[in-house]
Amino acid sequence: MGESGSGKSVSSMAVMGLHTSRSARISGSIRLDGQELVGAKQDDVRRLRGQKMAMIFQDPLSAMHPFYTVGNQIIEAYRIHNQVSKKAARAHAIDMLDRVGIPEPRSRIDAYPHQFSGGMRQRAMIAMALSCDPSLLIADEPTTALDVTVQAQILDLIRDLQQEFDSAVVIITHDLGVVAELADDIVVMYAGRGIEQGSAEAIFNAPEHPYTWGLLGSMPRFDRPPTERLLPIKGTPPSLIRVPSGCAFNPRCEFSDRVRGDACTTERPELLPAGSGTGAHVGHGAACHLPTAERQQVWAQEISPRLA
Amino acid sequence: MTTPTTDRHADGATPAPDGDVLLSVEGLVKHFPIKGGFLRRGRTAVQAVDGVDFSVRRGETFSIVGESGCGKSTTARLVTRLLEPTGGTVRFDGQDITHLSEGRMRPLRRDIQMIFQDPYSSLNPRHTVGKIVGAPFRLQGVEPEGGRKQAVQDLLELVGLSPEHYNRYPHEFSGGQRQRIGIARTLALKPRLIVADEPVSALDVSIQAQVVNLLEDLQEELGLTYVMIAHDLSVVRHVSDRVAVMYLGKIVEVADRDDLYDRPHHPYTVAMLSAVPVPDTGRRQNRERIRLQGDVPSPINPPPACRFHTRCWKAQEVCRTEEPPLVPLGGPSHLVACHFPENVTPATPVSTPTPTA
Ligand SMILES: Nc1ncnc2c1ncn2[C@@H]1O[C@H](COP(=O)(O)OP(=O)(O)OP(=O)(O)O)[C@@H](O)[C@H]1O
Ligand SMILES: Nc1ncnc2c1ncn2[C@@H]1O[C@H](COP(=O)(O)OP(=O)(O)OP(=O)(O)O)[C@@H](O)[C@H]1O
Ligand code: SF4
Ligand code: SF4
Ligand SMILES: [Mg+2]
Ligand SMILES: [Mg+2]
Repeated sequence: MGESGSGKSVSSMAVMGLHTSRSARISGSIRLDGQELVGAKQDDVRRLRGQKMAMIFQDPLSAMHPFYTVGNQIIEAYRIHNQVSKKAARAHAIDMLDRVGIPEPRSRIDAYPHQFSGGMRQRAMIAMALSCDPSLLIADEPTTALDVTVQAQILDLIRDLQQEFDSAVVIITHDLGVVAELADDIVVMYAGRGIEQGSAEAIFNAPEHPYTWGLLGSMPRFDRPPTERLLPIKGTPPSLIRVPSGCAFNPRCEFSDRVRGDACTTERPELLPAGSGTGAHVGHGAACHLPTAERQQVWAQEISPRLA
Repeated sequence: MTTPTTDRHADGATPAPDGDVLLSVEGLVKHFPIKGGFLRRGRTAVQAVDGVDFSVRRGETFSIVGESGCGKSTTARLVTRLLEPTGGTVRFDGQDITHLSEGRMRPLRRDIQMIFQDPYSSLNPRHTVGKIVGAPFRLQGVEPEGGRKQAVQDLLELVGLSPEHYNRYPHEFSGGQRQRIGIARTLALKPRLIVADEPVSALDVSIQAQVVNLLEDLQEELGLTYVMIAHDLSVVRHVSDRVAVMYLGKIVEVADRDDLYDRPHHPYTVAMLSAVPVPDTGRRQNRERIRLQGDVPSPINPPPACRFHTRCWKAQEVCRTEEPPLVPLGGPSHLVACHFPENVTPATPVSTPTPTA
């Protein structure tokens, strides 16, 4: 999770191998099931895409071709990776549409994307993404454009399908409620970097980064009595062309004066282990110059009471 | 400019004394004819708003929520007279403004202002901030005390921008700052009613909070009345005094904020509230969520009687044949349009229907 422009989509597109070498330089390491993807041959990554990993986007229309029927697009996607007859692929597509909750899939399969409502298009795209039973599904803001009732259907669907297919899901969103409902582990991004990560419990109940505190204070809590005032983060997110030196959050941070010297403006804090609980797969970590003990104290004594 | 009338309607949505009501809407209808008429030639229309009643008291925040396409923005544009109503009446401060000519409407434009969702497209990119915020003075031919420039700089300060921003252009500002510029322009003529259509939904979470706080401060300082449209039900609960829920062009429930969130009566409201994702990792397992089946029907050919019956788990035969009126339930200020409301005390004589779905 993270604000607009923090690098969520760019990161996930890197995993999917969707950046071209002309538009982006990618360094570091991405391993899928042990296989290194950075520097791997385009063809190899393309084969993995759809087969082992798939992605769904905020706007289904951008992922679907307007001139082909929904069914044909799922059939195509399936036949690229599976040597089956057209008839078998069609049966599979009907089955997939049925499983994502499209009513009367047998007749709906021949509809064009624009003949579906927003929620149905999102379902159809999920059906397409899951048609090859990928082990990794990346969902980039899958419900941002949808109404709450439809959003709830799609979130339930993703959760059910995850259990059924036993796949790993990366969900990208700025909605903390959606995160809390779906995620086991969370990475909070700011200005192109992960600045805090940990189990969902750690991030919501014992966060240690001042930006994470700010996010939690900015949104009204649906599950608690209304507060008098929201607690916004001052200032605005930085431009990634001129990222502030040192800690990118320093121009907006209320706590930088508690760090000795000028480390906040001169030295970029590394993502280091943080004190409280660990996630199932990632440990709790935060990138901030404040000592862990002090962060925990600030959270417990100053931040947490203000949010209640 | 307003003509005081004694003829104020005692509509059900207004339990408060008459003088408290700033805006009242009765039987409001907007049908958009469909060109070409491919079904019944010439006769088809999008029934975007189809008989809406509500009233807004001075100084309160009245919010309208509901699914995409249910008619919220259309209602906002009818109330501000950016659209011509097909039927019904709109009264502002007692005066019937439903069909006022543009000329007769002009003085009222100072009192009624609108804030739009998109802080990018609603500001002219070629105009300076000073020109944008000062535009209402020019359009209305108003010469504020101390001059226009001073007035604009005061407004910029009021919304938390710097007076030095006067000569800058919109593209030099962030989304939140642009929304502030839009709000400053809205406030130029000291309006009494502000209709805000999704004022924060295009903004980042951390910026949303700044704008929400600003709107609340301005309301307190200037005694503003707000009609707020938003799809984020957490934001709506934070800002509202009263909330109306729309479904397919009709209001299905209106109540004080806490009544609506704590004791929703209409099945659609109940389903909608149960669907809001809650930022509490501990609540994941033990939440009852109502899964609504199917999609919102088309407003071109809405279901008869109760429009929600195609998706309602409580629907009975009567729901398909008789339209439930919007009437008080459990108190004068909580109105609901449903034959079999939820969350009613057992004493209330409501039959317990067997679910059909
Ligand atoms: N093809 C591109 N060329 C140049 N810059 C890009 C490109 N794609 C993205 N960016 C920039 O990279 C940064 C990160 O963008 P990204 O799309 O990952 O943000 P995000 O976190 O997904 O935001 P949002 O919540 O708005 O979707 C932004 O500053 C964006 O302008
Ligand atoms: N100018 C128009 N011509 C024809 N139909 C219209 C027009 N404006 C709105 N509509 C239709 O009227 C209905 C209500 O639209 P409206 O914009 O009021 O919905 P809304 O509740 O604001 O939705 P959203 O939450 O998506 O903004 C929709 O079906 C819409 O397509
Ligand atoms: S490193 Fe400094 S500026 Fe950055 S979050 Fe920590 S205290 Fe704030
Ligand atoms: S009137 Fe009937 S169909 Fe409509 S909301 Fe009530 S119970 Fe459901
Ligand atoms: Mg993105
Ligand atoms: Mg709208």
